[in-house]
Amino acid sequence: MSDEVREPDHEGEPEALTRPDDDVAAALCDRFPGAVFFSSHGQSVVYVDRSQLADAAQYLRDDEQFTMCMDVTAVDHLVDGVRHQPPGLVPERFEVVANFLSHTRNRRIRLICEVPASDPSVPSLTGVYPGTNFPEREVYDLMGITFDGHPDLVRILMPDDWSGHPLRKDDPSARVPVTFKGDPRPR
Amino acid sequence: MTARIQPDEQHPDHRIPDDEARLERQTGEGAQELHTRARELVLTGGTWPGDELGDTMVINMGPQHPSTHGVLRIMMELDSEEVVRAKAVIGYLHTGMEKTGEELTYVQGATNVTRMDYASPLSNELVYATAIERLLDIEVPPRATWMRMMLVELNRISSHLLFQATNGMDIGAVSMMLYGWREREEVLRLLETITGLRMNHDYIRPGGVAADLPDGWREHVADTMDLVEAGVADYDALLSENPIWLERTVGIGRITTEECLALSITGPILRSTGFAWDLRKAQPYLAYDDVDFDVIFTENGDVFDRYRIRLYEILESVKIVRQCVAKMPSGDFRVQDRKVTPPPRARIDESMEALIHHFKLFTEGFKVPAGETYTSVESPRGEIGCYMVSDGSGKPVRMHIRGPSFYNLQSMGPMVKDSLVADAVAIVSSIDPIMGEVDR
Repeated sequence: MSDEVREPDHEGEPEALTRPDDDVAAALCDRFPGAVFFSSHGQSVVYVDRSQLADAAQYLRDDEQFTMCMDVTAVDHLVDGVRHQPPGLVPERFEVVANFLSHTRNRRIRLICEVPASDPSVPSLTGVYPGTNFPEREVYDLMGITFDGHPDLVRILMPDDWSGHPLRKDDPSARVPVTFKGDPRPR
Repeated sequence: MTARIQPDEQHPDHRIPDDEARLERQTGEGAQELHTRARELVLTGGTWPGDELGDTMVINMGPQHPSTHGVLRIMMELDSEEVVRAKAVIGYLHTGMEKTGEELTYVQGATNVTRMDYASPLSNELVYATAIERLLDIEVPPRATWMRMMLVELNRISSHLLFQATNGMDIGAVSMMLYGWREREEVLRLLETITGLRMNHDYIRPGGVAADLPDGWREHVADTMDLVEAGVADYDALLSENPIWLERTVGIGRITTEECLALSITGPILRSTGFAWDLRKAQPYLAYDDVDFDVIFTENGDVFDRYRIRLYEILESVKIVRQCVAKMPSGDFRVQDRKVTPPPRARIDESMEALIHHFKLFTEGFKVPAGETYTSVESPRGEIGCYMVSDGSGKPVRMHIRGPSFYNLQSMGPMVKDSLVADAVAIVSSIDPIMGEVDR
């Protein structure tokens, strides 16, 4: 990287490494074309295409000894001021984020995939890591992203008859009036 | 990683693995086999198939049942006294704390996250503060680090004492409720003198802690630790060899390491299966590599083991707290960066600049560079994580907390299956879920 001339405009901006210094990330990038490695504050992050999410997770579990999926969550980037992303990646409105931990190798890795607002769906990880059942339901409930292949994709935190997905940025927190306030029923 | 071996002559079947067996399980060929088996495991945690019910009956336990630790509702399909399958129904305490977190500045956010896991609020504050500090790329001074460690361990003690109290009551040892509360009250009193509040402290803040330790804290901490140690000896004498207690707990609600790995279960439940995984040892944060303590683990994965692990973890935390008292460094208790920490109160009267910093900090907060990070610490219930996304403004784009109780609750299904209803109460109690954290 040293012989590259850095534009003054790009100073402080994230820079994707052409070749990751992380062996797992390098293997992922080799195996899944289009995957982009990014080092975020010292943590390994690999951006994969959303169609490859479950396959990448399967590869991490089977070949790289990532024993546990710690967390699945999603981000809505609708109103971002500055979006922090590696170059060479087409940004979409949503991001699904999965954190993995390898007990044997004592290290972590994070997979992120871009999900367009027009078709918010990703393959489910429940077939690979059954523990993602609850968190995927939570993402579906609060962010409205569907997980194909999930055994029981229903709302988990909000009431069953709720409309809308509260964690989306276009779902303002004061949309629904506070219950019990100004209750018209006679006492 | 070290491990403590608890001898148990009373129950030879409660074999406790030695160090070699544990290492083999984690890194050697045993690990490979373990992972192969974990791979084959298919658990549909929480799925409720819509097929025909035979002679079975579906009942709801909760959300107002006294032994569901808050507002947990469990749908159980019963074949007379036996549970055929069970499903946790949650969301009754959902208050949109992640959404609220997006609308609060980074300074205000600590008061929000501390209300998630209300039995161990300082763990929440710690993981939230470390996420912001990583994004800001600042390092807290040593005194703040050690104070944080001491407070988190005190909080672990109070949380495990709460578990001992409620677990005893759920299983029928009602006197445990009084004993557990007695010692917990002392720990909360100590936390109150340090932080100003019994719970929801808002004490660990980005950049350090809110205030320095009060006068006479050393004696207060030492006295409280003696009380806690005496209390733990009491519980041990009362329960650990009590035949009724053993009848209710030994062999109940078994879970294996494979199931725990597959279901993303961390904390005492994972350690009770013989897998000595503790983030404080494995990936040391704060100053955990400068203190001497053991990771407690057992091998049976039943209710008794989870009780025992939490009991002895109290003693390990006492050990850590005593070392913190002995080694507490002097110096600043928060980072001296006026953009992150407010100026001292006295400076505001004499310095215009300090007044401006104070005003800016408490109205619009500080700005965090755009980025994303995931930090994790070991809370009393397992790994608590914080995934934070910033867009360079004064409020996070996304503030997600990985609540250990939320994931651990998935173990309820496989553990309760084929057990009695009365045992289901003991099993749910041994998971130690905090619904504030499950529903957020």
